[in-house]
Amino acid sequence: MNQHTVKAFDNDIGQLRGLISQMGGLAEDAIAKAMQALQRNDLALAAEVRAGDKAIDAIEAEVERLVVQIIALRAPMAVDLREVVAALKIANVVERIGDYAKNIAKRVPLIESEHRIEPVSVLPAMGRMASEMVRDALDAFGARDAPGAVLVCESDAALDDFYDSIFRTLVTYMVENPATISQVAHLLFIAKNLERIGDHATNVAEMVYFAATGAQMADRDRGGDKD
Amino acid sequence: MSNEPKMTARHVNVSYGPKQALHDVSIDIEQDKVVAFIGPSGCGKSTFLRTLNRMNDTVASARVDGDIRLDGQDIYAPEMDVVQLRARVGMVFQKPNPFPKSIFENIAYGPRIHGLATGKADLDVVVERSLTRAGLWNEVKDRLTDSGTALSGGQQQRLCIARAIAVDPEVILMDEPCSALDPIATAKIEELIHELRGRYAIAIVTHNMQQAARVSQKTAFFHLGTLVEYGATSDIFTNPVQERTKDYITGRYG
Repeated sequence: MNQHTVKAFDNDIGQLRGLISQMGGLAEDAIAKAMQALQRNDLALAAEVRAGDKAIDAIEAEVERLVVQIIALRAPMAVDLREVVAALKIANVVERIGDYAKNIAKRVPLIESEHRIEPVSVLPAMGRMASEMVRDALDAFGARDAPGAVLVCESDAALDDFYDSIFRTLVTYMVENPATISQVAHLLFIAKNLERIGDHATNVAEMVYFAATGAQMADRDRGGDKD
Repeated sequence: MSNEPKMTARHVNVSYGPKQALHDVSIDIEQDKVVAFIGPSGCGKSTFLRTLNRMNDTVASARVDGDIRLDGQDIYAPEMDVVQLRARVGMVFQKPNPFPKSIFENIAYGPRIHGLATGKADLDVVVERSLTRAGLWNEVKDRLTDSGTALSGGQQQRLCIARAIAVDPEVILMDEPCSALDPIATAKIEELIHELRGRYAIAIVTHNMQQAARVSQKTAFFHLGTLVEYGATSDIFTNPVQERTKDYITGRYG
């Protein structure tokens, strides 16, 4: 894309994109670390994730400040306007993604560590899948890549299937091992959090698509939303 | 009738001597809408505006080809009375240009020479109605005999709009009507444009893109003498189709 005649405008947009990218990196990292903490029962790492959420919140506030400033001082139009508005909304969604990672980390100390149950071993794979969706959605924002955004949305169905399969496994496990119900309930919530992270990554991708093209992404079959 | 465009331009070419200023411009000016013409200096937007009431006739070297119609009537036809045309298609210029006469006379002059009002009572009605529609009546009603040139710049511009309205035009052309005004006077003119819409078809040339976005329902982007893109203002400013439009309205031009 050509540069703005007013160079400071390019600097502002560049700064905004930098903040979104930084925020996305922190959110991906939080998901990965939360899942690692779960897998290794690493309470220190879980605490680190919880504390780290404040940094994500701080960047969200900075994005809001910068967006208001850009709208007030630069009067962005067309693709610039769409991108600035998308950045504001994306920051809000990434902040929620960070909250889900924090919630996963919060559950780590609550899960009884003496008797690790077998189904926990498949959760990290789901975590990686969710985290990849977040990364791909934000990469698409960075590259103004509408086809990339569509791919992210399409990949949400696989994450939903993964969730359904884990849900059935965990419910079966609870039925067979009632003593583990409280532990497995936490795992259910963690799987649900990862599924929601995928939905949020999908939302980000939809905003990226709108910012890049000016059109809403065509309706797609999401295989039904999970509540 | 209301679905028919008020004015149509088809394949309009304008040259000043050897230099071609407009290339094959086709556009409809709709009734009940404000259309904004935007584009960088020298893009042809003012030239095009001036073809709509034959202001280019006064430029000796200007040559206009193509077909421009008002309610389906060819305005360049030999039988067209240009004075009548300019009453039907009024114009407001960049710099307010009131006559060096009283406020009353500024308004009354047009209706009188066009025979729209004759007696003092008739003229009083026209003057009050025109000044009211131009949002100026309350500010000047007690000093109608003062000179028009004694008003502030913003008031002078509204006086010029009142003068254009006084002869009951169907279309009002505005060539950067706010570029010599402060923001408050500008806001008043913009509000006035909103109020006049519906009664008149309005075409406005402006360098201020925010103003185009605020006052118009349709926007036409001109560049290098061609009409690059014409569409709903909300589309042009959020999602233009042509690369040149995108670059211009996002401030990436040149």
